[in-house]
Parts: sequence; structure tokens; C-alpha cells
Amino acid sequence: MTIQPDIEQSIEAKIKAAFNPLSFRLVNESGKHKGHAGDDGTGQTHFRLEIVSAAFAGKTRVESQRMVYGLLDEEFKRGLHALALKLSAP
Amino acid sequence: MNNVMFDRIKKEISDNDVVLYMKGNAVFPQCGFSAAVVQILTILQVPFKDVDVLQDSEIRQGIKDFASWPTIPQLYIKGEFIGGCDIVREMYETGELQAFLREKNVPFQDAA
Repeated sequence: MTIQPDIEQSIEAKIKAAFNPLSFRLVNESGKHKGHAGDDGTGQTHFRLEIVSAAFAGKTRVESQRMVYGLLDEEFKRGLHALALKLSAP
Repeated sequence: MNNVMFDRIKKEISDNDVVLYMKGNAVFPQCGFSAAVVQILTILQVPFKDVDVLQDSEIRQGIKDFASWPTIPQLYIKGEFIGGCDIVREMYETGELQAFLREKNVPFQDAA
């Protein structure tokens, strides 16, 4: 069995590498959604991510969020269910 | 995504001014994020069509492919994809959502 980094670690690593954020805040809110649809028991399903990055300058909200979602496609496939986003440019 | 599903969504979002793809329905949302968008549309008294993706696994996946957006809810106004819960909430708080509805001639009540 391959040991994969947990979803929280892999979100952090990918986001930091891709967006070089000036500020980064990732909160695991899975506990608040215990027993809800999407809770697979791993405690790695619901997150809130707040980042400030120059990469979002001039981008619409939809474009910015798509950039993040696109990067995390694999995490969504692995069980990430909800990712609340607050993205802004400096 | 097959063409039938694509055409169905295309038709749904052009036949209705405002469509919300959500979990549960407008009366009984089954997810907090969906409920938050319903609440905003309700405050603004915007008439909208609610589509419960939990009732239909094809649409549940289809709408994600359609918008290239991996999460539900998804709001469409006059055929245009607006975003999910975070974006709708931000736009409501800044007044951009109201401005957009006005621009698109969608009736609503601005209680604020």
C-alpha cells in the first residue's frame, strides 16, 4: 500500500508551491460536518482555505476559484468534499 | 459528459432566469452551503428554480462537468454561471449580486 500524504498536507503543499501566498490559512472544518453527506470518517473532507496571492490579481472570483479547484482535482477524487475559499490579491 | 445532459442543463439555465443546483430543495436544503445560497435568494426575494442533485446522480456529476466546478451548490443567472456559496455570499455582501440582478433585469427586493 502506498502511503499518501493526508489531504490537509497535500492541499498545503500544492497551494504554497503554486501560489506563493503572502498569507495562508487552512482550517480543517471536517469535525463540524460529522455525519453529514460527504463525511467519510477520515476527518479530511471539509476545509476552509484563505489565501492572499499575487496570482489572483486581475482575475474574477470564478477564475480564481477554478485555479485552486483545478490544482486540487486529485484531492477531490480522494475524498475532499467541501472547500470554502476566500481568495484575494494583495 | 454526454450531449443529452449538456443540452438538458443548457435548456434549464436558459428557460429559467435563476437556477440553483443544490443538495435538497429550497424548502429543505440538505447541506449548509446550499442553505446559505437559498437564504440569500430568499432575502432578495428572487424567484428561482431549485434542482436537487441528490435526486439524480447524473445531474450531480453532469453539473460539475458543465461548469468545470467540483462542488455544489452552483448558481446560474440568465444562463451565466455565478459561482458557489463563497462567491454568492461575497457578491451579496458587497452588493455586486444585486447590481448583477439589476443589470440582467431579474426582479428582486433590495431590503437593505
